[in-house]
Amino acid sequence: MRSERSVYLMVGTFFFLIMVIYFLWSGEASGTIMLFAAAGLGIMPGLYLAWWARRMELRPEDREEATLAEGAGPVGAFPGNTIWPFVFGMGAALTGLSLVFGVWLAVIGLAFIISTVLNVTLESRRGGAV
Amino acid sequence: MTVIEEEIGHPGGEVHHEEQPRGFLLWLTSTDHKIIGKNYMYTALVFFIIAGAMAMLIRTQLFAPNNHFVSQQTYNELFTIHGSMMLYLFAGPFAFGGFANYILPLQIGAPDMAFPRLNALSYWLYLTGGISMLLGFFTASGAAAFGWVSYAPLSSATNSPGAGPDLWIVSIMLVGFSGIFTAVNLVTTTVYLRAPGMTMFRLPIFVWNMLVTAILILIAFPVLTAALIMLYADRHLGTHIYSVAGGGMPVLWQNLFWFFGHPEVYILALPFFGIVTEVIPVFSRKPVFGYKGLVFATLAIAGLSTGVWAHHMFTTGTVLLPFFSALSLLIAVPTGIKIFTWIGTMWGGQIEYKAPMLFAIGFIAIFVMGGITGVLLASPPIDFATHDTYFVVAHFHQVLLGTTVFAGFAGFFYWYPKFTGRMYREGLAKIQFWLAFIGAAVTFIPQYLLGLKGMPRRIAVYLPVDHYTTLNRISTIGAYMMGLAFALWIVNVWVSWRRPIPASGNPWDGHTLEWATSSPPTHHNFDRLPPVRSARPVWDMNHPEFADYKTSHSGQAADRERQQ
Repeated sequence: MRSERSVYLMVGTFFFLIMVIYFLWSGEASGTIMLFAAAGLGIMPGLYLAWWARRMELRPEDREEATLAEGAGPVGAFPGNTIWPFVFGMGAALTGLSLVFGVWLAVIGLAFIISTVLNVTLESRRGGAV
Repeated sequence: MTVIEEEIGHPGGEVHHEEQPRGFLLWLTSTDHKIIGKNYMYTALVFFIIAGAMAMLIRTQLFAPNNHFVSQQTYNELFTIHGSMMLYLFAGPFAFGGFANYILPLQIGAPDMAFPRLNALSYWLYLTGGISMLLGFFTASGAAAFGWVSYAPLSSATNSPGAGPDLWIVSIMLVGFSGIFTAVNLVTTTVYLRAPGMTMFRLPIFVWNMLVTAILILIAFPVLTAALIMLYADRHLGTHIYSVAGGGMPVLWQNLFWFFGHPEVYILALPFFGIVTEVIPVFSRKPVFGYKGLVFATLAIAGLSTGVWAHHMFTTGTVLLPFFSALSLLIAVPTGIKIFTWIGTMWGGQIEYKAPMLFAIGFIAIFVMGGITGVLLASPPIDFATHDTYFVVAHFHQVLLGTTVFAGFAGFFYWYPKFTGRMYREGLAKIQFWLAFIGAAVTFIPQYLLGLKGMPRRIAVYLPVDHYTTLNRISTIGAYMMGLAFALWIVNVWVSWRRPIPASGNPWDGHTLEWATSSPPTHHNFDRLPPVRSARPVWDMNHPEFADYKTSHSGQAADRERQQ
């Protein structure tokens, strides 16, 4: 977890330095704000990972001499086939296109999105392919 | 390693496995990263062919002076959608949706992406976004015609009325969200789903580059989405963010757009740098030269790329020239490090000139040329003289064609056996390479000269007295050669599909974990993993006498332990 933390913190700190230099040199507002946000997007996840890195033991994937046996056990639960990402995608696209063709499309799109929210919740409770 | 199918719940009930759907239904419902990755790749290649056909139309229009092959409005639509499709719908999604989705979990020994449903959703947003962009051609006022950069005030409701520009805005928003979701998936997968022993400094360089690309996507794309929402508000909701009339600032669009747009160039380039860094060592039969140098060069490129956005805006007169010029010139340093590590990897190796290796070497040649003209353009005096001429067009086409097409096809042919379990036809692929490579030089080198003679970009018609004719003719002939090359590629894929030559799990004697499983890989990827003791676990397993870990300190310690 430590290398991951360092990647984020290095990138974020670099943006922060660039922001300070840019602001002092140019005094321009929009670029400074964008660089500030970019630095935040590097530093925030970096601090989150650092918080965990301090509290976690080194995982098998962080140790050079870890054996495959140490990684035994479940790595996670992965969903089977499901139609709902497709339905949600169509809903999001129709809602987006309502910006061009009129609000009526958003009604259909939102119906797709709401039905996805309900069904994905049920699916994760009931489990398995739906 | 155990993988649980998500079948929690059922208190007291029996867990039953349902049949995997087939064909069309599988395409609609799959959450398997391999199927989503292939969907992404094939969709991106279809967009590539459509956008390439548009390029042929553009070059045909420019073949002769005073030509009227297409109308000026159609010409504007063609170059706008050609650029938008190539950048938003082909180059990016081909890499981080196609290759990364398929290859990254395999290379780190993971059973799938961290969020498979989100992964599927991002594909559907990408597909619908792409279709929305093309819908513009079917509206009464035609597709968007303001260039892929959509500068204000040209993109205002007065200057670009109609549904086409709005479809373009919605399309880019959908594709942007798809990119953001994929990036979240890539970062989480790399951080949490690595195999035991696969430390960060043993990751294949492709995975490193995808991690850094994903971080850049998460920084850059939200800015674009915000800018597009404001553009839509200006067009329809009566705001004046980008219009002088209401107290707004048109140049703010350029600031926002290029704050996305320049990291975007590296979002497009870094994955393809990763691909050639996988291809070159395998076909040179050597480990990567300067692994850590490559990693830090990638991080340096990512850092610098966010501080150079206004080098696209030198001629607006509103930006700090020395700052942006200096940072832009600095990017040449880490990029140069990469070029030297690739050459260093080939140096003294047993090079096999298979199609993927040819494409990788072609990439280096074309990219170096485009990169060096980029260094020229980073200098404001040269930029002032050549801004908005064909010199710039030739520069960015060489950079992007070198990376996305040459490195992209290096990766396509390298991993084609893994994707399909079939071999492609080597001879056809080599002819395709030479046609495309010579075609690229014939197309773009004359464009540098045209730019230096002063030919502006985005013009549909020039006159005989301008003396642009000969160079334009040569350039168009080169473009047709490239078109022919990609027609050959379709033939190659067709032949390999109809008359398959089966591929083994590891046809290239590869180095990284994707070659430790069958071709194509099984559901959840691996039956068993080899131990990860270096950055080249599969090489170590197949060539224990030359294993990398024998030369490293920790590896020797582990070896001693085993012997005791």
